[in-house]
Amino acid sequence: MASLPTLQEPPVPRGAGGKLRFDPTYGLLAPATLFLLLVFVYPFVYGFVLSFQPNQGSWTSNYATFFSSPRLWPTILTTFKIAMPATLINLGVAVPLAFRLRVKSKYQKWTTAILVVPITLGTVLIADGMLTYFGPKGWLQLVLQSLHIVTADDPIRLTHNYIGVVLSLIVSGFPFVFLLVLSYITGIDPVLARAAATLGANPQQQFRHVYLPLLSPGLAMAFCLAFVQAFSVFPSAVLLGAPSGPTRVISIAAYEAAFEQYDYSMASCAAMIMGFVQLVVVSAALGLRSLFYRGPVVSGKG
Amino acid sequence: MNTSGGKARAHWVLRGYGGLLNAVMAFFVVNVVLLIAAVAVDSFAKSWFRTWLPEGWTASWYTSAWKEFQLESVLTVTAEVVLFVVGMSVLVGVPAAYTLARRDFPGKRTLMVLFLLPLMVPPITYGIPLATVMYKIGIAGTLWGVVLANMIPTVPFVILVMTPFIEQIDPNLEAAARVCGAGIGRMFVYVLVPLLGPGILAASLLVLVRTMAMFELTFLVAGPDSQTLVVALYYAVFAAGVRAPQSVDAMAMLYMLSTLVWLVIALRFVNPTQLVSRVKEHPQHA
Repeated sequence: MASLPTLQEPPVPRGAGGKLRFDPTYGLLAPATLFLLLVFVYPFVYGFVLSFQPNQGSWTSNYATFFSSPRLWPTILTTFKIAMPATLINLGVAVPLAFRLRVKSKYQKWTTAILVVPITLGTVLIADGMLTYFGPKGWLQLVLQSLHIVTADDPIRLTHNYIGVVLSLIVSGFPFVFLLVLSYITGIDPVLARAAATLGANPQQQFRHVYLPLLSPGLAMAFCLAFVQAFSVFPSAVLLGAPSGPTRVISIAAYEAAFEQYDYSMASCAAMIMGFVQLVVVSAALGLRSLFYRGPVVSGKG
Repeated sequence: MNTSGGKARAHWVLRGYGGLLNAVMAFFVVNVVLLIAAVAVDSFAKSWFRTWLPEGWTASWYTSAWKEFQLESVLTVTAEVVLFVVGMSVLVGVPAAYTLARRDFPGKRTLMVLFLLPLMVPPITYGIPLATVMYKIGIAGTLWGVVLANMIPTVPFVILVMTPFIEQIDPNLEAAARVCGAGIGRMFVYVLVPLLGPGILAASLLVLVRTMAMFELTFLVAGPDSQTLVVALYYAVFAAGVRAPQSVDAMAMLYMLSTLVWLVIALRFVNPTQLVSRVKEHPQHA
């Protein structure tokens, strides 16, 4: 039962030796903890410090440059303009669909199995496929032409521009959000909805008064994960967008600083700003959720 | 309160809404399938320009892609990276998952945050500082650099997947082994690992699939000799004007097949939703 406190497992007998001896079980945590401290936490701290040690100028000059250069600060807005619509579309479509497919069935099994394919293949392959399929010579244009929506001389441009990047974020992001929301919805005990139905609630009311409150932590989490992924879009912004102009996202700016100008200090600064913006949006989303609903968090979900 | 007319209208609205949702899902799935089919058809096409299907068929793009992109060495590197990442992630992750499943201790929440963060923070964000450090100490561009970078999200992933598996094993079995004099190592090898076999297999397959597709981290820390297939594919698409598109699509097909084979195997053991989150389902009655 998701919303009720679960019984604690009885304590495990500790080691064969005396109580004062160090429990070797804790030693098992050491490799994983050390590994992440060295390879994940340390580089992050290093990057943070490095961003305040610019090649020239005072300790804040990287940040001053970033927020004054017309090549750099607008990348934040550009990334927002791509990531926010993509995230909202994905979430807006995924929630009703996941709600509809919440009961186990053959249909649910096959749909989830097909949707897992684009996630597994990843953005690079999707970009390649989209260039072939959505491109000016692709099947989609042929369908639109045969329906007389567009002409061969004037195809709809769906690649190498803003739309291409948003589309790729939907192709790879929608299945991710859908599966995430589905896992949250199937984690809610259907007995609750049946109890509501016994009291006369129709499916709409069940959704509004039973599922939605229990789902809201999950939805906030799904929004955060989906947004953070969309905000760090890189391969599709290069391959399907116009990386020098309309889809010059912040990760491209960071990448160029590191691997084209070899200014690791500036690159770290851009990465820190990217992380900071993500943190702000995530905190805002989680804060908004706690305003919307206060209550036991659905547990056992990660 | 409802009149029968109102009920009938509500019924039709509901059916229309359901139909709309089905249509949206069908539209999405059809487009994804066609997108993949377009790559497959193009990889076998002699030439294909503004027609429904190509004028002729050939398999020669596969041999030319194999030579052009040095796929033999790329695939060798990919296999090595994946093998090491899977093996080391399991070795490091499973013991940690055991302690997290069995013990409560002060600071456990903080440690959980440390283990969850790499799964939530996008790779590009921590990948750039990571690449900076790796270039500084000189392991960037090597196979080990790529393996270590790829383990950052997979070790936490193994921990997350394995913890529920371990929780459902009866702790009395471990206690019995300890009473009979087994140390923690022997207890692990003779009691836990056999019981955890299916869980370890599932986690390994999921890590395998994720590592095959992990672009960002490999891209940022790999050198010319330590590229995996997905990074090589990125460079091929990036330089699209230079090569024949069919050749790039042939390589994309090889990438797709080598990933999907493992996905199909993995889906026999796990629920698709486990690729994105930890799942504890409630029994559902129809």
